[in-house]
Amino acid sequence: MASLSREEVVHVATLARLELTDEQIDTFTPQLAAILANAADVEALDLDDVPATSHPYPLTNVWRPDVVRHAGVRDAVLAAAPAAQDGMFRVPSVLGDAP
Amino acid sequence: MSALEIAAAVRGGERTARAVMEEHLSLIGAREAELHAFNLVTSEQALAAADAVDARVAAGDDPGPLAGVPIALKDNLCTTGIPTTCSSKILAGWKPPYDATVVERLTAAGAISVGKTNLDEFAMGSSTENSAFGPSKNPHDITKVPGGSSGGSAVAVAAGFAPLALGSDTGGSIRQPAALCGVVGVKPTYGRVSRYGLVAFASSLDQIGPFATTVADAAALYEVIAGHDPRDSTSIPEALPPVLPRLGDGVAGLRVGLVTELCQAEGIAPDVAARVAAAAEALSEAGAKVEEVSVPAVIYGLSAYYLIAPAEASSNLARYDGVRYGLRVDAPTTAEMYDRTRTAGFGPEVLRRIMLGTYALSAGYYDAYYGKAQKVRTLIIRDFQAAYERFDVLISPTAPTTAFALGAKADPLAMYLNDICTIPSNLAGHPAMSVPFGSGDDGLPVGVQIMANALDEVTMFQVAATLEGAMA
Repeated sequence: MASLSREEVVHVATLARLELTDEQIDTFTPQLAAILANAADVEALDLDDVPATSHPYPLTNVWRPDVVRHAGVRDAVLAAAPAAQDGMFRVPSVLGDAP
Repeated sequence: MSALEIAAAVRGGERTARAVMEEHLSLIGAREAELHAFNLVTSEQALAAADAVDARVAAGDDPGPLAGVPIALKDNLCTTGIPTTCSSKILAGWKPPYDATVVERLTAAGAISVGKTNLDEFAMGSSTENSAFGPSKNPHDITKVPGGSSGGSAVAVAAGFAPLALGSDTGGSIRQPAALCGVVGVKPTYGRVSRYGLVAFASSLDQIGPFATTVADAAALYEVIAGHDPRDSTSIPEALPPVLPRLGDGVAGLRVGLVTELCQAEGIAPDVAARVAAAAEALSEAGAKVEEVSVPAVIYGLSAYYLIAPAEASSNLARYDGVRYGLRVDAPTTAEMYDRTRTAGFGPEVLRRIMLGTYALSAGYYDAYYGKAQKVRTLIIRDFQAAYERFDVLISPTAPTTAFALGAKADPLAMYLNDICTIPSNLAGHPAMSVPFGSGDDGLPVGVQIMANALDEVTMFQVAATLEGAMA
């Protein structure tokens, strides 16, 4: 198994939408490498003929009647949000300059 | 008083729910500062709910099988209008607009929440030291951890703050703290208890379950919270056989397998191994046929778990982005707001697991890590199935050692090894529980783990009741 590089940790942080400090990256790099090294036993197994299990039970689709219901929690949900306006979550500018 | 004794006294009008609640609140008042079991004690709501139960009894109604019983709820279970933090700064100030299904069922059964218990942030840890609000302390020795992640719930029950508590168990988070605090802890079959309203960590592994001081109390709580819920698509529709009527049936003729790989796993202390051997002996004396059994693939459990659980967590925790709940760190753009909020809101262990999971799922590594781990999960399920063809239940240590000192396991991998005996059951999905069985050389509690085939909680509880009886 290739050891985990600092650059890979920086890349993964970007994928995970995290803005880590240099210090955090220095701490996490060897820790994550050690955890992955510990998983080398799994990496080394030949499992080509073994199906993957994503869930402890062989679940098939679960159906329920398609009934329109009123959840009635919109105001409560918005009240718990950091910022809301006109019945919507309010966020900073997504494209271009902030208003 | 046990939970069942309290419920009987309240239903019979011999004691008021208010008197019961005041007694427990006063115990909390006396020791909570020292133990830190709770993130929040909801005294006012608890007393009001107790009065409501008493009013129903006075009116001739039956408030339910847990009438007036105080219960502590792990702070990753949603409670309407009451802060639910997951012991994370990222959910600061958030009050859920709905109750978890288990909370609804408890209320319908007459139980009364005393508050929300401390946990490792987002249930990631084995000591509660990853809580953003500081660790809980083991009531048997406050220099020791209570275990985790449901450490606060285990402490609340062990300290007598409440006879019952709920926790959640993704890799041992109910069973390990139960063992370290000397109480009963149960992880039911995956899907037995609705996860609706449980803040998700690793959805294919998470399961809610009871803490109690007695096996019968744990069974009573299990009966109240278990059963199909259409709001959880992974909820099992099969009928729920009652446990309490068969709790005393004993173990005569039962086939008990002592799992070799778990009894000899890395780090199992000799005093813990000795207690497990004593439990095997006790079951044998009670008429069970006890033999060693090999479940070879469990040796890969820890590695597979620490790829699968972080992968699922990295996906589940993507929702904490500063938009809909809790913390927001303002920034000029939404993208920067996401990054800053998440980095400021999550503690080190949660960040580590998000990073690990994101890596295991990323392009070029998915097959080698996440894909492989899912295949190992199949091997573990197959090996357990083979064991359950020959055995009704399997036993092992719950945790490798008795409670360890606060701060003793700063290295993440050392902490992960605590879960070596409990993780395989989450990967396989079968029920497992920890029952106290004496103490180690240091006088601290030791737990024995009982595992049973999927959906066979009844047999698992019978074995636990037999072990409890052998200690009495």
